[in-house]
Amino acid sequence: MADTHGRGGVTTYRPSNGVARAAAAGPAWWSARRRERLLRLAFLLPAVAYLLAFFGYPVAQNVVMAFQHYTTATFYTGEAPWVGLANYAAVVGSPVFAKALLNTALFTLGSIAGQFVIGLAIAVFFRRQFPLSRVLRSLLLLPWLVPLIVSGAVWRWILDQDNGVLNRFLGALHLVDRPGWLTSTSLALIAVILVNIWIGIPFNTTILYGGLQDIPEELYEAAAMDGATGWRAFRYVTWPLLRPVVNVVLVLGVVYTIKVLDIILGLTGGGPANATQTIATQSYQLSFQQFDFGQGAALGNILIVISLVFALFYLRASRGAVRG
Amino acid sequence: MASRARARRSWASTVTGVLLLAVMLFPVYWMANVSLQPSGSAVQTPWFPVRLSFAGYGVALSQQGGHLLTSLLVAAGSVAFSLLVATPAAYALAHFRLRGSTAMLFGILISQMIPGIVVANALYSAYNDLGLLNSIPGLILADSTAGIPFAILILRAFLGAIPTEVVEAARVDGAGQIRAFVSIVLPMSRNALITAALFTFLFTWSDFLFALTLTTTEDVRPVTLGLYQYIGTYVNDWSSVMATAVLASIPAVVLLLVAQRYVTAGVTGGAVK
Repeated sequence: MADTHGRGGVTTYRPSNGVARAAAAGPAWWSARRRERLLRLAFLLPAVAYLLAFFGYPVAQNVVMAFQHYTTATFYTGEAPWVGLANYAAVVGSPVFAKALLNTALFTLGSIAGQFVIGLAIAVFFRRQFPLSRVLRSLLLLPWLVPLIVSGAVWRWILDQDNGVLNRFLGALHLVDRPGWLTSTSLALIAVILVNIWIGIPFNTTILYGGLQDIPEELYEAAAMDGATGWRAFRYVTWPLLRPVVNVVLVLGVVYTIKVLDIILGLTGGGPANATQTIATQSYQLSFQQFDFGQGAALGNILIVISLVFALFYLRASRGAVRG
Repeated sequence: MASRARARRSWASTVTGVLLLAVMLFPVYWMANVSLQPSGSAVQTPWFPVRLSFAGYGVALSQQGGHLLTSLLVAAGSVAFSLLVATPAAYALAHFRLRGSTAMLFGILISQMIPGIVVANALYSAYNDLGLLNSIPGLILADSTAGIPFAILILRAFLGAIPTEVVEAARVDGAGQIRAFVSIVLPMSRNALITAALFTFLFTWSDFLFALTLTTTEDVRPVTLGLYQYIGTYVNDWSSVMATAVLASIPAVVLLLVAQRYVTAGVTGGAVK
């Protein structure tokens, strides 16, 4: 096993005391070198083992479980009969599937669009370096740092139909009559997206602000001399140079948002009437509330595929755009 | 004249910034406000805690105190375990040109796309067989799925910046690979280790999914799940719910106030690598 890594070990090899001594002893030279190589692999080994056990195994196990009738009974009998594609057929054929798929798309795209646009606007605003800007910028991170379930609890009370502070505020302005933000099937998804935008703004602002700081001031001065200021400076200087950071933020944003569970479970639990049900929450409910682990696994696999396809497609498209 | 106009403009920016922050942090204020109201007065919470009451915290601590302790144990355990696993790996990835390093980094990036629910789905049956359900070690291991990849990425970026000559000098002086790592590399990477530790703590403390799926009894219950069960039932005492939320937010607040410079490093470092 270690020999397959031989070439890598030799190229970076540096003689050390122990090796020099061993070299004098003749045949032991090889074993010292080999020891060094094994030692280097040992640095990596725990992490590799962990990643295989906690990412590799679950994915492989999900692929298998998705072909099995895997329920609570399996824990007692140890039997999980093979059912072929029945689990996939069941989850895709279920009336909730189309709804959950649409909700996942709307939730992800809505959240990302909102977080990104507002986050970028705030990042551009903070480029001005005004008194207290540093303190304000770091305090802004708070919504992103508190546990998601805490945000869920707080917003659940803010959005409460009868006693929530939002409806009190809107009522005082005589704008609308107590909308049931989390209880109406037409509003719940919008409310959940708005809360998730609120959570994601700080992350977007921080990363994009870092990217903005890396754009040299001279470029703006040169652009200003050519008459490009304000929007035009943003369009022709800021945006092209920020593109790589934008790509990272968007890909990470989608990949993390598509699998979000905490915030939806905390706010609505997927309801009312599946109005906020996504692929991730539906997968949870199949496995851990209906105890049909096979169907939960099938839906989870679909989610992985969607996520992977998106990431590959987007990275490829954006690489082409940057090159072209 | 011109500079005074500029100064006025920058103070105007400060006012805008403060207003922006007031809007963004209103939910946090509201959480604190409700937590300090006398319990039972859920209807029409005043805008300020004029009748200051700590009753909510009393209830929260008596009902959720144990859960807070569980969260603390799991988070501390996960920090120790994650750093123990991730630091040597990050060092190897940054300094030894081992074959398979690229594959491993790629694997770590792909791992970020694996939904937690998929991991939980498979771990549940495995944990059931291994007797790890409802156990602190079980949660520590599962929660490290957030900490370990993050710590490897951020530590690798930092350890890569340590000059190879420094390590080689120590090795020429007779230090073995492990000695050089422990007595030269680790002390030099203090800041990166602190950043990785703080974020791992926060990730684990915030974990909800594994708490929800890998515990089934009251025995081992992190505060995130305690809070979820509070809001899952009909709530008539929001002050103690919000007091629990405040207590669950303490690590985030402490992190922001005490370790601010590490926080920004962590947010940007983890993402751009």
